[in-house]
Amino acid sequence: MKILHRETERHVLTVMVDNEAGILAKIAGLFTARGYNIDSLTVADITENHAVSRITIVTKGPPSVIDQIHAQLERLVPVHKVIDLTESGPHLERELALVKVSGKGENRVEALRLADVFRANVVDSTTSSFIFEIVGTPEKVDSFIALMRELGLVEVGRTGVVGMMRGPEGI
Amino acid sequence: MSEEKSGAAILVESLVRQNVEFVFGYPGGAVLPIYDELFSDTRVRHILVRHEAGAAHAAEGYARSTGKPGVVLVTSGPGATNAVTGIADAFLDSIPLVVITGQVATNLIGSDAFQEADTVGITRHCTKHNYLVKDPSELAATIDEAFQIAMEGRPGPVVVDIPKNVQVATATWSENAIQRKNRYSPRKAASADEIAEAVDMIARAERPILYTGGGVINSGPRASELLRKFQEITGAPLTSTLMGLGAFDHRHPDWLGMLGMHGTYEANMAMNECDVMVNIGARFDDRVTGRLDAFSPNSEKIHIDIDRSSINKVVEVDLGIVGDCATVLEQMIAAWGKRKQADISEWKARIERWRAKDSLAYAKQVKGGTIMPQLAVERLYALTRDKDPIITTEVGQHQMWAAQYFGFDKPNKWLTSGGLGTMGYGMPAAIGAQLGNPDSLVIDIAGEASIQMNIQELGTASQFRLPIKVFILNNEYMGMVRQWQELTYESRYSNSYSDSLPDFVALSEAYGWKGIRIHDESQLDAGIKAMMEHDGPVMVDCLVSKEANCFPMIPSGAAHTEMLLYGDTVAGTMEDEAKALV
Repeated sequence: MKILHRETERHVLTVMVDNEAGILAKIAGLFTARGYNIDSLTVADITENHAVSRITIVTKGPPSVIDQIHAQLERLVPVHKVIDLTESGPHLERELALVKVSGKGENRVEALRLADVFRANVVDSTTSSFIFEIVGTPEKVDSFIALMRELGLVEVGRTGVVGMMRGPEGI
Repeated sequence: MSEEKSGAAILVESLVRQNVEFVFGYPGGAVLPIYDELFSDTRVRHILVRHEAGAAHAAEGYARSTGKPGVVLVTSGPGATNAVTGIADAFLDSIPLVVITGQVATNLIGSDAFQEADTVGITRHCTKHNYLVKDPSELAATIDEAFQIAMEGRPGPVVVDIPKNVQVATATWSENAIQRKNRYSPRKAASADEIAEAVDMIARAERPILYTGGGVINSGPRASELLRKFQEITGAPLTSTLMGLGAFDHRHPDWLGMLGMHGTYEANMAMNECDVMVNIGARFDDRVTGRLDAFSPNSEKIHIDIDRSSINKVVEVDLGIVGDCATVLEQMIAAWGKRKQADISEWKARIERWRAKDSLAYAKQVKGGTIMPQLAVERLYALTRDKDPIITTEVGQHQMWAAQYFGFDKPNKWLTSGGLGTMGYGMPAAIGAQLGNPDSLVIDIAGEASIQMNIQELGTASQFRLPIKVFILNNEYMGMVRQWQELTYESRYSNSYSDSLPDFVALSEAYGWKGIRIHDESQLDAGIKAMMEHDGPVMVDCLVSKEANCFPMIPSGAAHTEMLLYGDTVAGTMEDEAKALV
């Protein structure tokens, strides 16, 4: 007997939640308990009175599973709203990464040149290393990291995606 | 008027405000302040169980039979973990519970203190919602919201974990009603478009079927009345899940019996062949659908459910309607108006041909006076029906026989662990049901294996003088396990024999119950009558045929059309794909 796998698609979900103890565990746990995938998850308090947090989840699954994820998230009492950005139309996705590269000579120069091309900032420097800060879509960050891998990549830290619908309306 | 009160006192006041009659619980270190409050308080009655699992199931039995929330009070650590099975059971069967758990003091949380367990973490995925209350000033509002969440929308268990220092510390208590956050307000009514579309689909159906579930029971007795009315105006045949039994009258000519793995031939065939299926408050459970790719292949499906996540979870439907069963049924009845029923006589004639298979037939005559378990349930029904009994069950063959051969015609009279399938549910559930319905006859139809899982609750029934009846169909096997081993593993009965059974008569007498043993068919009626006549708790040890199987049966991995009926020969083995299914 073989285990069957189904075709998946990538979706970005924005989830507005009451900023209460355990909410992140509830959401992350929902994904593991029901066998859903999380590619990235970001969370931060976004209101003045610290009452509401915005969570952005990048997930993968067959369309029926994505629909279930949406419904299961909405079922949680502290969840106010779930928006599937991928489903809803034109939207932005941004991610920040810190990328540490070490090396000397030509590699070091090349790393700096590429950072310029990618509009990555140097936020720390020694004579033998840089830390770049890069902001962009996950694909842009991916390709920058792939290039740095050839030039002495030491360490990467990524925030995961935050997203927002284009246009004047809020969610 | 407002005054300063301890957290424990605020909790008790909050329970009184919710009109709580009974608290099912067990004391321990981390709930001593609450128990001290209960000591002198006569407004809330505490029912001392013998194990916290019993408390949770008793609260479920109370809730399911009365429609009110069940309340549980247990201590931290093992008190909470022992209650988890009952909480998970209530979660899967959508039973409203509010479970108060004690916790170690806030300054000790995380230090592996004595009787510390991460209750909120452990119960996170088997509760509808849970709380850790860190300040007594939050208690009143939290309890208020906990009851609201447990009862509204799809009901379910809510855990409120209260550290011991929060029970002792004080806060201001006010008699005035609490300002709710109003963050939880599930949708109840469907849109007019949805209703119109549903009614059109049903009206033009040639082979309609109503498939109803526990949601109709949860929606309240009015939902059952409206269901009967809707069935009457549409004329559609009706089948129900295990959890939905009693919402419709089993004597009605359009009643098809229960559907699913041990449902009737006519119910499953009608599900397979229908052209419009109306699912009202059921959830396409795997025990109902059989093999999914062969499930009702040619029907348009309507699904009415209060939980949006139930729709399209397992079976993709043509029209999903999020709403409360009673409200939506009322809307559909109104929208149906003066429409005439379509002529579905041909469909009903087909159903009658399926019904003629008599799929609940079994070998009535066996040599030596051995009692067939099906007969025992039939006689139990015949001799108790005029008392309108509440039936609880454990889990296994006896549960299915009770569902098949006992007749149900009213909601809230059938209490069983459907989703989680918890052995040991029946006796504590009967205790809760008896407390909530003091004048009713409450019978736990049990198996000799299941009953031992919460046998300690004999003492609870004795203490509170609850005249519950436990009717054990004793076949000396974990019968359903044995049946599957016979069908799937060539009769290798691995660990399914009930060895070293207690003498149930002597055991029950030791607890002050009456014990009755029935071992021959000739004693069956007299034994049941003796059970009924005794004004107190009775345990009946009814010895039944050891190798009877529960039919009809859709073997795992099979379709509705591939039912095994009594007398079919069975291969005794299965494909790996089928073996891998639960």
